[in-house]
Amino acid sequence: MKLNLRIWRQKNAEDGGRMDNYELEDISADASFLEMLDVLNESLIERSEEPVAFDHDCREGICGTCSLVINGVPHGPRRATTTCQLHMREFKDGDTITIEPFRAAAFPVLRDLCVDRGAFDRILQQGGFVSVNTGGAQDANALPIAKVEADTAFDAAACIGCGACVAACPNAAAMLFVAAKVGHLAHLPQGEPEREQRVVSMVHAMDEEGFGSCRNYYECEAACPKEISVDFIAEMNRGYRQSVSKGVSA
Amino acid sequence: MGSEGGDGYGLEPCSPPKVLPNRPLPGVEETAGMNPLMRGMASSLGSKLVVALTGAGLIGFVIAHMAGNLQMFIGQDAVNAYAAQLKSMPELLWVMRIGLIGVAAAHVVTAVRLAASNKAARPVAYHAAGSIQQTTSARTMVLTGLLVLAFVVYHLAHFTWGLVHADAFSLVDAQGRHDVFSMTVLGFQQPIVAGAYLLAMLLLALHLLHGAASLFQTWGVTNQAWAPLFKTAAKGLAWVILIGNASMPIAVQLGLIVPPAGVGS
Repeated sequence: MKLNLRIWRQKNAEDGGRMDNYELEDISADASFLEMLDVLNESLIERSEEPVAFDHDCREGICGTCSLVINGVPHGPRRATTTCQLHMREFKDGDTITIEPFRAAAFPVLRDLCVDRGAFDRILQQGGFVSVNTGGAQDANALPIAKVEADTAFDAAACIGCGACVAACPNAAAMLFVAAKVGHLAHLPQGEPEREQRVVSMVHAMDEEGFGSCRNYYECEAACPKEISVDFIAEMNRGYRQSVSKGVSA
Repeated sequence: MGSEGGDGYGLEPCSPPKVLPNRPLPGVEETAGMNPLMRGMASSLGSKLVVALTGAGLIGFVIAHMAGNLQMFIGQDAVNAYAAQLKSMPELLWVMRIGLIGVAAAHVVTAVRLAASNKAARPVAYHAAGSIQQTTSARTMVLTGLLVLAFVVYHLAHFTWGLVHADAFSLVDAQGRHDVFSMTVLGFQQPIVAGAYLLAMLLLALHLLHGAASLFQTWGVTNQAWAPLFKTAAKGLAWVILIGNASMPIAVQLGLIVPPAGVGS
């Protein structure tokens, strides 16, 4: 395949940055998107040019490290797929592909396509602890959890924290991420004692980081590689409303 | 092509940037010691709850307002009697008016404040615009909302304050009541005025299409089972409001509602 790439290049956080054009030939349709960028970087290094910095780790779609906004859509055109699991067969020979970093005030660009997603870690820290009994291990199944609750908790826990929801949201809101993290503990007895405190603390931490607010566009849900449902946002809205009305503060 | 190695791009390590605090929503230090309820209301979620709740109240008003106005199809006596009856209870009328102004102000001010914080949350736009499933109605909420607000001011100047098209405002009917019926008909006989009302109702319907369904999500009382029902209900409401309100200027333009003998030309 022959490709025209338009890629955001930015030296560091202080640099203004710009879009640069690159032409790439002989890309296999079976290559992953990140392998295609590896090929580009190899050619840049051979020409003594600076390779394009981008985040990646497991390349198996489970770690949440890869990012990229591809032709305006986080993780590219294929639904429920991370960038690392996206393959070049999704594109046509001769395509122009625009590659940009996740854009949000809360996700400052560090370099090229790498952004600082530390805001997510700080929100998680505000989630606090989960009370568990210490001592000898409990019998398995000693704590009954309804299947539907366990499944719902697991659906929320599937969030890999990649930040595509923020990148997709026209308001750069982190609602789907926070809702997933609030949601997976809210359905389990292990998280119950701190449930009310947790939702208030995490929502206020989210606001602190400078994310936008939810206008129920549902772009997040469509962009999420793990297909987290906006039902969790409704659940978080309800949990926050009920906790605040009980006088719980962050 | 890409930048050269010698321009300083090189091997300097990535250092975390200084994050510029750019948050119109209150921070921890600003709200320390604040009443938890007030603090909650000031947050993004709390602000959305305010917009949803006031929006629901305004929907109630829009329905009641339309139901009252549809008496235009019954005739001059019904409309003028209805108007006189409202005016005969000034205490109740003013409580309703002040409440309505408060609700509308909270709705608009909170929504505009949120819109400003949303803009600040994405300071650099994407070069390639892409969207997956957002609707036109959702995307244009602020625009349609502000245009409807502008229309409401014009509408009040027209029918409540008598500041525009003032000649018809001083009409009285045979019983000596403020002739709301004739005033409305004379207003809607002007094609530009009728057109402005029709346009405003289209904008309001577009606003309700998203808002009336979205408020259930914000209030946290929906899920995948209920969401399609709320969406259908919002669509139904938008059509009812559009058809109900637009029917009056259209009926006047078509000559189905005419001013009483001796009024107008």
